[in-house]
Amino acid sequence: MAYTDKIRGMYTEILTNLKDAGLFKQERYIHSAQAADIEVEFPSGASLKKVINICANNYLGLSSHPEVIKAAHAGLDSHGYGMSSVRFICGTQDIHKKLEQMITQFLRTEDTILFPSCMDANAGVFEAVLTKDDVMISDRLVHASIIDGIRLCSAMHDTFKHSDMEHLENKLQLHNDKRVKIVITDGVFSMDGDTAKLDKMVELCEKYDALLFVDDSHASGFIGKTGRGTHEHCGVLGKIDIITTTFGKGLGGASGGCVSGRKELVEMCRQKARPYLFSNTIAPPVVAGVIKVLEILSASTDRRDKLEKNTKFWRKGLIDAGLIIKEGDTPIVPVMLFNAKLSQDVSRDLYQEGIYAIGFFFPVVPQGQARIRTQISAGHEIHHLEKALDAFTKVGKKYEILGKSKQEIIERYGM
Amino acid sequence: MEEMKDVIKDYVIKEYVEDDTEVTYDTPLISGGIVDSFSMVSLKRFLENKYQISIPDDKATPEVFDSVNKIVALVKEYIK
Repeated sequence: MAYTDKIRGMYTEILTNLKDAGLFKQERYIHSAQAADIEVEFPSGASLKKVINICANNYLGLSSHPEVIKAAHAGLDSHGYGMSSVRFICGTQDIHKKLEQMITQFLRTEDTILFPSCMDANAGVFEAVLTKDDVMISDRLVHASIIDGIRLCSAMHDTFKHSDMEHLENKLQLHNDKRVKIVITDGVFSMDGDTAKLDKMVELCEKYDALLFVDDSHASGFIGKTGRGTHEHCGVLGKIDIITTTFGKGLGGASGGCVSGRKELVEMCRQKARPYLFSNTIAPPVVAGVIKVLEILSASTDRRDKLEKNTKFWRKGLIDAGLIIKEGDTPIVPVMLFNAKLSQDVSRDLYQEGIYAIGFFFPVVPQGQARIRTQISAGHEIHHLEKALDAFTKVGKKYEILGKSKQEIIERYGM
Repeated sequence: MEEMKDVIKDYVIKEYVEDDTEVTYDTPLISGGIVDSFSMVSLKRFLENKYQISIPDDKATPEVFDSVNKIVALVKEYIK
């Protein structure tokens, strides 16, 4: 046996060290479908507890929407469970092409290619379209999946300070000799909930002949007046060269993602992107579900409008309660606690109050910026949010953080 | 003329430091987490443009970029 006691001991020690450092991730078992109200078993073996979920990416409340479930059932019946193939061998069905066309229309791009996930889209896209003669210039806070894609690509890589347009311009000047320059950003940043300055970025990219890449996973379906994404919000529809996004958040919450953008770049992905070429096609019921999601969102903006109202209510409620939040207008609303242990204590106490929200701390967020990241959904009703606000107020009182400044919280609890 | 080590130190602070972290000529930049390995490329390009040199990629290791003094030594190696 090659898996010796010595090797087992080595891994056990690594895992123990993670636990000792408070970095061990423990999963909570949800016994119901994803929704505003869920039933949770935590810790493992504990009796089920009914809680309000305010940490899902279920922005539009479509994860368990009856019409989406019905469409997925119909897709399962008509097109089967799986294709047992990658796309280019025998894994492309009519519904895969239909979904690609619908996304192209929804995002107002030229063409679209599906990937098993947005993680895969980000992992494959740069390597497919760039060479060592090119440069990738990314915001310093882009998502981990983009970082992985960048690592897999032979092009030069540089960064600019988060949302700092002057710094980005310096970098575009510095790398002006490169064959292709591509500026890379998230549309909405997942940890802070702030929005990229895509209007300014488009201007700079036009000035320096650079391409613009946007990962709009935390925006597709609800940011912008008709939910097309950050490019609609910033008034630059049709001007983004590559958009990647996921179907695992607002757009139904199951799985899958895509690259959407200039048709030649999409075709390069179809020919060369390794996660596309070497992994299975998206399962038919999921494709059918996402098609229904896009039909719902194209017919009406009711859900994104409700999400906008809920978000405003939630942000105002937290501020009125005396908590510190990151400014912005997206449904990602971080409640800042600064201290890692405090974020864990508050999360635990909220759970006792029937509110499911997770504390994030270093290294997921920078040192001294621990927080509870809350995420609002169109699936929430005002009574859910009121109950959650009551819980935050009760727990905030317990820890005496209401109405306190960042400095006061840090002085009391440390960084 | 401003000394090379001050030019480089000022660049590092302006480019990479976003809080009040103090940077001296010997502060570990990469092993100290101030400059990430991705961002090293802009430092290399800055040095090449500023001093009209070409640093081969295989010589641009994290070790030789790890402090202002080490970077000065590297640049001096390539200045004709």
